[in-house]
Amino acid sequence: MKKIFSLLLCGCLVTSSLTGCSSKAETSNGVVYVYNWGEYIDPQTLDMFEEETGIKVIYDEFETNEGMYPKVEAGSSAYDVICPSDYMINKMIANDLLQELNFDNMPNAKANIGAQYYEQAQSFDPGNKYCVPYCWGTVGILYNKTMVEEPVTSWSILWDEKYADNILMQDSVRDAFMVALKLNGYSMNTLDENELQVAKNSLIEQKPLVQAYVVDQVRDKMIGGEAALGVIYSGEAIYTQRENPDLEYVIPDEGTNVWIDGWVIPKNAPNKENAEKFIDFMCRGDIALMNFEYITYSTPNTVAQEQIEDEDIKNSEIAFPDLSKYNDLEAFIYLGEDGDEMYNNLWKEVMSN
Amino acid sequence: MNKKLLSAPFIFWSVLFILVPLCMVFYYGLTDKTGAFTLNNILAIATQEHSKALWESIKLSLISTVICFLLAYPLAMILSHMNTNKNSFIVLIFILPMWMNFLLRTLAWQTLLEKTGVINSVLSFLHLPALNIINTPYAIVLGMVYNFLPFMVLPIYNVLVKIDVNVINAARDLGANSFQTFLKIIFPLSIPGVISGITMVFVPALTTFVISKILGGSKILLIGNVIEQEFTQTGNWHLGSGLSIVLMLFIIFNMVISAVTDKDGEVNAL
Repeated sequence: MKKIFSLLLCGCLVTSSLTGCSSKAETSNGVVYVYNWGEYIDPQTLDMFEEETGIKVIYDEFETNEGMYPKVEAGSSAYDVICPSDYMINKMIANDLLQELNFDNMPNAKANIGAQYYEQAQSFDPGNKYCVPYCWGTVGILYNKTMVEEPVTSWSILWDEKYADNILMQDSVRDAFMVALKLNGYSMNTLDENELQVAKNSLIEQKPLVQAYVVDQVRDKMIGGEAALGVIYSGEAIYTQRENPDLEYVIPDEGTNVWIDGWVIPKNAPNKENAEKFIDFMCRGDIALMNFEYITYSTPNTVAQEQIEDEDIKNSEIAFPDLSKYNDLEAFIYLGEDGDEMYNNLWKEVMSN
Repeated sequence: MNKKLLSAPFIFWSVLFILVPLCMVFYYGLTDKTGAFTLNNILAIATQEHSKALWESIKLSLISTVICFLLAYPLAMILSHMNTNKNSFIVLIFILPMWMNFLLRTLAWQTLLEKTGVINSVLSFLHLPALNIINTPYAIVLGMVYNFLPFMVLPIYNVLVKIDVNVINAARDLGANSFQTFLKIIFPLSIPGVISGITMVFVPALTTFVISKILGGSKILLIGNVIEQEFTQTGNWHLGSGLSIVLMLFIIFNMVISAVTDKDGEVNAL
């Protein structure tokens, strides 16, 4: 339902920005084409950006990194700003799809984003040349306290037959394999054939217990009480808890994925200057705060972090976890074309089984 | 000369949106990443995952087609016997849902069928057992039948209303009872409509990927899903195109049958 509503909202947004354009055409300072995750921004910030800069935002959404990549690679639709995840940024750098950012044009990006996040981003963007962190977080298990009585500490609960038909898995290759690899104690970036076979078999074994493989819908289904357990990004956890207080989020003991999504500018961007203005605008403390409160994904913006009014959220273990407390945290890295193919083929075996 | 001019927009359309994309599919399907000629993308249908997905697709779309036929034929019969005012109203009602987007209607079914969805809420209120078909092949068949039923009803209806009443009266005159009239006169005359309906249901059902994704929870992989994944997720357009060519063979086979049985072009007059 929420999905449909947000779709409608998007429609309104698009039409309103279109009508806005005709009246403001004379003062317009061009456009910026933004390609972001679904429901990953406070739409009001886009209006504010348009008002303050006179640059029209043309906004597009994707559901998975893998879905975004072919569109950008094909080059048929030229975007100015994209917000992919770490390993995908890594892949885009490797395939020469991105251009270096000029941080002199983006004072907010330099000043407001915490140094530790740039440090973390070095793992996929050496030298911090291409990416400004936008959101970060972990992946964990969201469970419904009224349906799950035992404490949730391990990925293995997703293989518990008690919860047959009550488990939601991520419908994306790397996330699904991350769960199975971590369960078996392997690295989620492994290229070892045997380890991957073990993980694949785990996923096949799990399949009869899984209610559905979904991406964004984990959120709505968990809020609606459709399932007891779901694999979800930490950023969704606070939002879902607000809507349904029975839900709880945990990072399993076997470790998980720590990820960063960041703004990048592709090589074929037609409006680089506007793109940098857009990124810088998003790094402004008040804007980052608005976005954080709207999407509830952890912000790397230190100014915004300090301004959060709700003490519970400011000190929330979900939004801003002390990562040193957890073992075996890892970030995805790009595995190369052969690695991708290996994962994709194994995933296809799981899906067709 | 004049006729040629009139057909220009259509020819332009066909070339741009049918011929060119088709050529691209064949180009990608018959080449590998380096651009060299290969049949591997087409032969890839033989791998276990792909052939299983194809078989699943054929199975589910055949079941859907049969159910659609069983539902549609009696309905078309009833419609064709009504007087003109009434039946055009009912046909309108039938087409009305098609004015809404196909995707939204399928999403609506998801909301209806969910464990905590509308149907189950009503059932549990009435103390009836819950309906657990979401994320199973049953839900996919339901989605297919729901979405494609009008495509079966309309061609059959169209043929039935055109049957000359005198032919039926003649059969009655010669002593045939209603059952015999149906078997020997009405049904044979309606075959072109039936075939056309079967094509119009079977082909989209065979190639769908949205219904299995939304109502099947991505748990059942159909050949349409495999192709979609190759294009949107994996980015292997060559394999996706190769598999599309295989699927096209099935569709063309189906089209040929319907073309042979519908020589007069009666049904397409709809």
